[in-house]
Amino acid sequence: MEDASAELKSRAVPGADGALVTFTGLVRDNAAGNLQSLELEHYPGMTEKSLQRIANDALTRWTLGGISIIHRVGSLPVGSRIVFCGVLSAHRQAAFDACNYVMDHLKTDAPFWKKEIRSDGAEWVEKRVADDQARDRWEAG
Amino acid sequence: MQLKYFARYREMLGCGEEQMELPTGVTTVSELLAWLQQSQPERFDQVFAAGSVLTAVNEEMAKADTPLSDNDTVALFPPVTGG
Repeated sequence: MEDASAELKSRAVPGADGALVTFTGLVRDNAAGNLQSLELEHYPGMTEKSLQRIANDALTRWTLGGISIIHRVGSLPVGSRIVFCGVLSAHRQAAFDACNYVMDHLKTDAPFWKKEIRSDGAEWVEKRVADDQARDRWEAG
Repeated sequence: MQLKYFARYREMLGCGEEQMELPTGVTTVSELLAWLQQSQPERFDQVFAAGSVLTAVNEEMAKADTPLSDNDTVALFPPVTGG
């Protein structure tokens, strides 16, 4: 994930791609200082297909030079990188919008599940209604 | 058919996957879910009590009326929380 931004930049077409937008998600403590790590589970096979579909949808919706999506699984300590999305485009607006689109859909459509490992126990994270609303605004327009 | 369970369902059911024959009379996802709860309430009541159950058939998101055959892989999982 450290090299993902550089890798995507190396795929840029000189003179054509004028924007590289990247987003990196970090493990944040929702448990008031008690969170030690997140345990990330996924559905091997279906998860990759789901991410590919989200990327293809973004490539259809905007004119882009490329998309890179990386999601970690397993045990991730607080502060570590959990997800990366990078988008190449001729102009920044399409790159920002497509990156946002990918993240909104990744959070609601891709089969990943988080479990909080806290000093006072472990608990599966509940889905947030706000995440559905963030995704649905792309469909509303 | 193959059944797969993820996240809290995997923990509740004590396994990530199991094989079973498509029960007689079961032709859709909703019929399979009803059959699981009726035939093994001691295992599946807690799953259905824990909120909305999402399903995938052969790694594609499924609906209640998605048809099933005996060589399908059906996955049961709670709403996703990645990102």
